[in-house]
Amino acid sequence: MSNGFVVASAKLINAVGLHARPSVKLTQLAKSFASNLEVALAPDGPWVDAKSPVKIMRVKASKGTVLHFRARGADAAAAVASAIQLVERRFDEEDGAQVENAGG
Amino acid sequence: MGDVRIKGRRASPGFAAGEVVVLSRNGAARVATGDPAREAQALELAVKAATSELAELARRTQGEEADIIGFQIALLGDAALLEPAIAAIANGAPADHAWSSTLDREIADYEAAEDEYFRARAGDFKDIRDRVLAHLTGVQVAALHSGGILVADDLPPSRFLAVDWSHGGAILLASGSASSHVAMLARSRGVPMIVGLGRGVATLTGEVLVDAGAGEVVIAPGEQERRRFEAKRQSDLRIVSEAATLRDKPAVTRDGTAIAVHLNISDPDELVSLDPAVCDGIGLVRTEFLFHARRGLPDEEAQFRVYRRIASWAAGKPVTIRTLDAGGDKPIEGLTFDGESNPFLGSRGIRLSLARPNVFRVQLRALARAAMHGDVRIMLPMITVPDEIVAARAMLDQEVRALVAAGIPARRPSIGIMVEVPAVAIAIDLYDAEFYSIGSNDLTQYVTAAGRDVAAVADLADASHPAIMRLIERVALHGRERRREVCLCGDIGGDAEMIPSLLHAGLRSLSVPPAMLARTKAAIGAVDLGVAQPMIVSRKP
Repeated sequence: MSNGFVVASAKLINAVGLHARPSVKLTQLAKSFASNLEVALAPDGPWVDAKSPVKIMRVKASKGTVLHFRARGADAAAAVASAIQLVERRFDEEDGAQVENAGG
Repeated sequence: MGDVRIKGRRASPGFAAGEVVVLSRNGAARVATGDPAREAQALELAVKAATSELAELARRTQGEEADIIGFQIALLGDAALLEPAIAAIANGAPADHAWSSTLDREIADYEAAEDEYFRARAGDFKDIRDRVLAHLTGVQVAALHSGGILVADDLPPSRFLAVDWSHGGAILLASGSASSHVAMLARSRGVPMIVGLGRGVATLTGEVLVDAGAGEVVIAPGEQERRRFEAKRQSDLRIVSEAATLRDKPAVTRDGTAIAVHLNISDPDELVSLDPAVCDGIGLVRTEFLFHARRGLPDEEAQFRVYRRIASWAAGKPVTIRTLDAGGDKPIEGLTFDGESNPFLGSRGIRLSLARPNVFRVQLRALARAAMHGDVRIMLPMITVPDEIVAARAMLDQEVRALVAAGIPARRPSIGIMVEVPAVAIAIDLYDAEFYSIGSNDLTQYVTAAGRDVAAVADLADASHPAIMRLIERVALHGRERRREVCLCGDIGGDAEMIPSLLHAGLRSLSVPPAMLARTKAAIGAVDLGVAQPMIVSRKP
């Protein structure tokens, strides 16, 4: 906790990064929580509303980028934990070794 | 009289013949109300209508297509997208202008992205922009007639999905990208698609033949051209059915001679779904794609990352990277010289690189660094005199020394040359290079004095002319005598009709686009080098 926020970070390991489908999945997840979940590329921000697909896409985070999450509210811990899991599960959409291979 | 053909980049291979249908962006004008509240309401209604139209489309699709539509619905449902437009309307802008300029800023931002994937997302935003605009201006997105050859500047995914592709058809784009959503859709549906055909494509009419694997469109085809096209389509169908197994095996002639088959690539994304085991390496990486005027010249780090990515993919197999081959038909703003009276005989390839040493040295440094990550080789285009090799080599040596002195890992890659200027092919013994690659497209136009882009002399620009075969024979012989590798990376390397002549001329290494790999290996397998080749005759009457 810092300033009432729950914070955590995870590295993007799926081949194409935070692109269209992962962005939509992340925003759908964020909207399922009452807390306001936010994303940033650095631990001190600038923070972006994880419920906005337009703002998430503007971050243009590619593979290898570390994503920082923070949330404040009743279900903040669950929101951050779910977001981290989603990133670590490669947004449930990796089709494996060949993409990894070409990703360089 | 020869047929007219235009070339672009393959986005989805396949064949199609049919009537051209040119799509234009709807240019209908809208009368603004002049009242901010009513303008804002008009925009919100248009966004709602566009969203329900997309939702309807989503119900009829599944998998990847539904995901793309879902992404667009998510964007349209996001207040963050609408806010700047509503603010502009409050300041007096009409709804359609406010919406267009808001989306255009978003689009420009994606087009400037470093990552090709994010760049390609500009297409989704254009799609959303035009769909909402259509509602604002009262123009509906018309269902497109099927079976036709769609011609457009760029094609939004939703328009692709509005077409019934079960009756054939193809897509020809003046601009566009092979990594766009619509290209992905075309590949997954097996719809032939070519991008980067240039502005002229918008003026097409009548029947065309599309060979998307070769990136080629034949306009107003004659009887002979139709027969050749049909034969190629049939042989392609046959080969594709055998390809799955054939593509993965080494290429060997009927008499057991091993032939190295390399890949030509113009964009590292072409490697994404390929296993390096299917080829003997990469015979030609065109680096022009990096030097995109709108994004400025690429710095050393950006180039290094791309070269390293390709070298890592090759997993130890050779990767031949051609230094910038701008000029001729490939001008780059701020780099090539404007207003040359005959650009193909002007400052292109190595001539331009030596005239712009600051740009060239950046590329050499990036290549020397990438050479730490694989068997990277440097190929110089448009070499005309031996001194150009000497000059390039001296620059490379200097840059490698400087990198090493600065503690940056680097290695001096071997330097080879393109054989495409007749002077080089004729006096190949004067050119001390570590390897040679025959650029048969340019060699043909220079030997026959018939331009690649001049339809009226297309018949003369014939790569099977005996003069060209004799030059290839001479270069192959020199390579054997001096134990230098000789490869051929022009279109004829993947041409089943030409492959027997090329192998009989002594070539043992070819480099072809990924889509031509199976066809090339099949053609090699049919050649028997133990049987004398019938006299080479020009294949065109």
